[in-house]
Amino acid sequence: MSAARREVRVTVNGRTYSRTVEPRVLLADFLRHECGLTGTHVGCAHGVCGACTVVLDGVSARSCLTFAVQADGKEITTVEGLAEGDSLNVLQQAFHENHALQCGYCTPGFLMSLTEFLRETPDPDETQIRERLSGNLCRCTGYANIVRAVQAAAQRLREEGAP
Amino acid sequence: MKPAPFEYFAPETAEEVLALMAEHGVDARPLAGGQSLVPLINMRMAQPAVLIDLNQCSELAYLREENGVLACGPMNRQRELELSPIVRQYCPLIAQAMPHMGHATIRNRGTAGGSLSHADPSAELPGVALAMDAELIAEGPNGRRSIPVAEFFFAELTTALEADEILREIRLPKAGAGSVAAFAEVGSHFGGLAIVGVAAQVDRDASGRCIRVALAATGAGERPTRLTSAEAMLSGEVLEERTIIETAEAATADVDPLEDLHASAHWRRRAAVAMAAQALRQIAAGVHN
Repeated sequence: MSAARREVRVTVNGRTYSRTVEPRVLLADFLRHECGLTGTHVGCAHGVCGACTVVLDGVSARSCLTFAVQADGKEITTVEGLAEGDSLNVLQQAFHENHALQCGYCTPGFLMSLTEFLRETPDPDETQIRERLSGNLCRCTGYANIVRAVQAAAQRLREEGAP
Repeated sequence: MKPAPFEYFAPETAEEVLALMAEHGVDARPLAGGQSLVPLINMRMAQPAVLIDLNQCSELAYLREENGVLACGPMNRQRELELSPIVRQYCPLIAQAMPHMGHATIRNRGTAGGSLSHADPSAELPGVALAMDAELIAEGPNGRRSIPVAEFFFAELTTALEADEILREIRLPKAGAGSVAAFAEVGSHFGGLAIVGVAAQVDRDASGRCIRVALAATGAGERPTRLTSAEAMLSGEVLEERTIIETAEAATADVDPLEDLHASAHWRRRAAVAMAAQALRQIAAGVHN
């Protein structure tokens, strides 16, 4: 059985992409293979690991649990949209400075989930941070340095009065 | 590409949804938030020929206060329920349980109707709805019908909904002014796969005696279960440690757990007792909302 292909038009990190795909194409695969944005990683492909997390119409979402056709007409931010020109943003810089990654496979998902978290929770305590991190799996770091990176980023963002 | 091919529809009205459901029958599956169904599709444990996406139906996402109940549209996102002031005010049990339901990113997409219709035996919301005596409204080609939550869950992933019906509304009775609620759960890690949970809502009189007790367990059987023996034992009693332990122990008679790779039946039975006690301790320590 072949299902009718559909046009999907999305804005990713401010740029518009228009592609024709089968309905069964997952948003994660669409971003990687159709848009060439390979920063979004696929770990488990069933919603557990969080590596594929993107921001979809303003809220974080698992791109492995969303079909590309469902994102038609929507705005998406991926990890490629975080850096400001050639400079890492505050959260990315905090990950770098606090050694919050080793192999880095899970990092894009952590960054996208935490971007939403720090916007909603600018002054988080450690429990809140750990609860939020529970939605993303990292097999290298043991999380301690990720917690430190989030604390550092939150403090820096508060000092800067960034939104 | 993991999913098998399917035909995709994204209707914009409930009427169109029902027409498509009637046309495609058992070949079609409605797609709500996709946080349970899409994993099954990715693993090809589910291979629906037709997916009817409900996400474009704005009329299916609402939350409004009516006489004595909160009427919740099936496509209301779990995250909206979690953050809603009227849910916090009138349905404290939902507010207590929500942080346990997956992770924030999952709740951004996951819906109230999706969780109930999917009927995972370990899912939180079915147990919460059962403890709250929710009324579930199904809609199909012959119109709407009311299903008491106690008659909604049949078995694992199986509900009273017919193949051509959708869950059209979730009607949640408002808790009494003195009602206190708690939710306790044990799982692999916070927000991860739940193994056993207990939802509890207790109304007490001025002297602290329990006048209405609702306890429901998840993950302790093929469907969520009311802990009726435990409820009866607590009626008229004050929530003291000794009473809590005896009440929780009575829950062993109410549950009929299955064994799977996550836990043995015996372990689940003991976990139900422990979670019932934990929920009741939270209530005893809490304040009237």
